[in-house]
Amino acid sequence: MRVYADNAATTKMSQVAINAMLPYMDKIFGNPSSLHSVGQEAREALDAARETVAQCLGCEPREIYFTSGGSEADNQAIISAARNGARKGKKHIISTAFEHHAVLHTLNKLEKEGYEVTYLDVSQGHNITAQQVRDAIREDTCLVTVMYANNEIGSILPIAEIGAICKEAGVVFHTDAVQAAGHLHINVKEQNIDMLSLSGHKFHGPKGVGALYCRRGIPLTNVIEGGAQERGKRGGTENIPGICGMAAALKDACDHIDENMPRVAAMRDKLIEGLGKIPHCALNGDPVNRLPNNVSFCFEGIEGESLLLLLDYKGVAASSGSACTSGSLDPSHVLLAIGRVHDVAHGSLRLSLSDYNTDEEMDHILKVVPEVVQHLRMMSPVWRDLQTGKREYIL
Amino acid sequence: MALYSEVVMDHFMNPRNVGTIEDASGVGEVGNAKCGDIMKIYLKIENDIIEDVKFETFGCGSAIASSSMATEMIKGKSIHEAMALTNKAVAEALDGLPAHKLHCSVLAEEAIKSALKDYYEKNNIPYDKSQFPDCENCGHCH
Repeated sequence: MRVYADNAATTKMSQVAINAMLPYMDKIFGNPSSLHSVGQEAREALDAARETVAQCLGCEPREIYFTSGGSEADNQAIISAARNGARKGKKHIISTAFEHHAVLHTLNKLEKEGYEVTYLDVSQGHNITAQQVRDAIREDTCLVTVMYANNEIGSILPIAEIGAICKEAGVVFHTDAVQAAGHLHINVKEQNIDMLSLSGHKFHGPKGVGALYCRRGIPLTNVIEGGAQERGKRGGTENIPGICGMAAALKDACDHIDENMPRVAAMRDKLIEGLGKIPHCALNGDPVNRLPNNVSFCFEGIEGESLLLLLDYKGVAASSGSACTSGSLDPSHVLLAIGRVHDVAHGSLRLSLSDYNTDEEMDHILKVVPEVVQHLRMMSPVWRDLQTGKREYIL
Repeated sequence: MALYSEVVMDHFMNPRNVGTIEDASGVGEVGNAKCGDIMKIYLKIENDIIEDVKFETFGCGSAIASSSMATEMIKGKSIHEAMALTNKAVAEALDGLPAHKLHCSVLAEEAIKSALKDYYEKNNIPYDKSQFPDCENCGHCH
């Protein structure tokens, strides 16, 4: 049995998305900027896709800017809000310690330019409270950028409450909703979200395309200079097949949230309950306010990369925040931010589900993960030391 | 999986010489849990010959494969031959390791040397200290 349980990394494209893209690779191949009818057909598709995405988010079509993905949208949102703030002498930004690198690295760049960033602590309950945001807001705060839901540990942040606080304080509120779009109900107006990033390939759409929602009246700074595309705010001929595929996938996902997500959440809960029985493990992330598709554990005494390799051999594609999978000596900043020490963070496992997964696949995961954890523990000197009392259990 | 060679995968999936030796002549442990890899090597030495060798490893696939391969390469050999084992030889025997995983083969070499050092010290055998890595200060984990 082959089980794909790495949907937070990327998803399989839906037939709906593929079908929505095909005409724009073949018959309707025009450039939307062209005056002739070939181009204008593509323009119509672009307008329709913008309308669709706007409907899914509860905003106006003119507030949607298509980008190359979530990272570009995050970059542009944060840089724009920072530049707008600087013009008013406001150079303080509030974020969290467990944001995606697209946000964190952009903030690091701004810090080097003289901006000050407050990273809210996420170690209490593996989440933040709206009160933390309220307490951190200052006279010179120009932006609050906090993710809608965490990609590694699944915590869903109190977005609507934060939106209300930001509105009251007159601070721009951006959220990286890459893991939430298509999985959770979003309404940017009701939730007082000023800017929002999303990425097509996290909800069965294509890769290399995303969108930035930016409330009317907030000036955007270009990240990519070029022609007059996207109201002059994002140069480059539009990726029409990608945009149409993403819009179709988003609509399909949003239309079926209420039927798909409870089923996915039931599979998630089955995994959390079953894997939680493995001795000396801990669930990462908010146990209550949690993405319906996220399962994240740390297992003491083992290392994540070897866990992933063995799981792959046994047919389960998953992910880990260990150093060996992150390409550095340090394990995932998210796991460290929630208070997992290095020794334990190396032994992490993330299983992220989608509506394509089945109950039989969950049974397979529940069979092989304990076997593989046990196998690796049996050859681990750390586990031996834990078992013989030479080392103290952390979990 | 294309990340590792077939030899690495074979030694990872079917590691040779996993375990411990109760009355080991020498035991060496290198690395630390903070960095995500620890290797522990147990040697049974008789008449300067490595009669038996076992390992335990906490670490990634290449760390486990490097331990397995290194133990195979010194089993039945003299302690002098074991001393001469290099990380390069381990990596070559594994049909190569990705660049960022080469330190796993270094750990295997160091674990064996650390076990040999333990053997020399337990038996009051004089040895050349310069031949042994200074794991406390190597910079890999510190």
